[in-house]
Amino acid sequence: MNTATQNIPFNVEEIRKDFPILKREVNGYPLVYFDNAATSQTPQQVIDVIVDYYSSYNANIHRGVHTLSQEATDAYEQARIKIQKHFNAAKAHEMIFTSGTTHGINLVANGFGALLKEGDEIIVSALEHHSNIVPWQMMCERNGAVLRVIPMNEDGTLMMDVYDTLLSEKTKLVFCNHISNALGTINPIESIIQKAHQAGAAVLIDGAQACPHVKPDVQALDVDFYVASAHKMCGPTGVGVLYGKEKWLKKLPPYQGGGEMIAEVTFEKTTYADLPHKFEAGTPNICGGIAFGAAVDYLNAVGFKAIAAYEHELLAYATEKLLAIDGVKIYGTSSAKTSVISFNIEGVHPYDIGTIVDKLGIAVRTGHHCAQPIMDYYKIPGTVRASFAFYNTREEIDRLVDAVIRAKKMLL
Amino acid sequence: MTIQEIQENIVDEFSMFDDWMQRYEYMIELGKSLPLIDDQYKIDENLIKGCQSKVWVHAELADDKLVFTADSDAIITKGIIAILVRAFSNQKPQDIIGADTGFIDEIGLKEHLSPTRANGLVSMIKQLKMYAVAYQTQLN
Repeated sequence: MNTATQNIPFNVEEIRKDFPILKREVNGYPLVYFDNAATSQTPQQVIDVIVDYYSSYNANIHRGVHTLSQEATDAYEQARIKIQKHFNAAKAHEMIFTSGTTHGINLVANGFGALLKEGDEIIVSALEHHSNIVPWQMMCERNGAVLRVIPMNEDGTLMMDVYDTLLSEKTKLVFCNHISNALGTINPIESIIQKAHQAGAAVLIDGAQACPHVKPDVQALDVDFYVASAHKMCGPTGVGVLYGKEKWLKKLPPYQGGGEMIAEVTFEKTTYADLPHKFEAGTPNICGGIAFGAAVDYLNAVGFKAIAAYEHELLAYATEKLLAIDGVKIYGTSSAKTSVISFNIEGVHPYDIGTIVDKLGIAVRTGHHCAQPIMDYYKIPGTVRASFAFYNTREEIDRLVDAVIRAKKMLL
Repeated sequence: MTIQEIQENIVDEFSMFDDWMQRYEYMIELGKSLPLIDDQYKIDENLIKGCQSKVWVHAELADDKLVFTADSDAIITKGIIAILVRAFSNQKPQDIIGADTGFIDEIGLKEHLSPTRANGLVSMIKQLKMYAVAYQTQLN
């Protein structure tokens, strides 16, 4: 079976060779891919693992006695252990494979909701995307819990002093993203977790945007739940992970019923399987899980310190270049920020800029980025979002800047 | 001019441009020249559903012909609705109902729009035709 590359020296030109998609053209121009916050690209090492799985040992897992099933089961469970080690969880069974971040949040919202009663409070940050708002609103509708919001400042940081006042003995859960997808703000999750625990509340951190850039240590953070998606971490779509402390995962009721999550089924009563299978009903995304493990290997081989340093350099360079364009306004200017630039040109709709730069081969995101409350705060319909990964270059940023200048001339 | 003739003119105009950047520039110019809708009609009821940017369309009858005015907060979208207004405004409702919209494919507009914008285009055409159906019913 293929495994990801080991010990890759950080040389962006060498790294780019791992990503076959970066060789393609779009609208007659070499592709510049700056939509990494939506999904990252996949290196050949991970693609090979996917091909190898379907070419060599595609089989259903856990229940088969035949060789292929054993091989697939071993590879899947090995991937779980890789992911456990990556997040530094204490136990492999604290890592639940999900279909992605949204699934992980819904799983916790559903289970945690069963433990709450009317009048209990949960706290959310103003920087969330819809996936970390709507499941909790649905939960509150079911059980009468109350949703409180930590407001944000103009620079896209959270009002931590207000957070202090929101916490009380009524607070049962706090949920917040590690990094904002719309603005790139890195939230002070250590402080958020610590204060929530002092108030007796559990904490869920949405790590979807953080995991491509940093390596979370769930034990050091002492976080109760942490969710992530493989496709933002150089892995495939349709797979992700929910970390939960064992004590919580044992306490939460199962999210879905079906095969694999049971111990015994009779028409009178069903008993549930142990962790992690209690939360993994049905046939999982086996290939996705294995490829997720390979993606984690790949990122670790590149090295998160090198990734963070390089991306920070790209962010600083792009910020300076874009701000030099008259009329550009950047939303989210926190000093603690990852490689996301959300911007607009005065008097120009973000969709128009996105459309023109796409014609020049540059992929950026436009719109509200599934974070409408943030756009409402700034009273804008959306932004143009350029989000950089470690395989992007300064030359690509120069092309974006030229394209934005051209778009501005055309549109104004 | 009939709807068919106007559409042929639009196809001719677009065929003069070699690449899609020039076509976009032309669309943007068309958008800039679009007569703005009266502010009183820029209301939620006149918003076209299915567009990610906002598009308002108002229709009223003048001498048995339907007159469209429109606006959008995005200039490329405004260019698109300007093309549609040009093709269908000042025409009899029954002609609008029966009009073929193949010219959209001929100028390659749909193909060169993002899926969300292409959906918006379909919604715009549908909305203009729905206005025509409504006014035709009124005329009958």
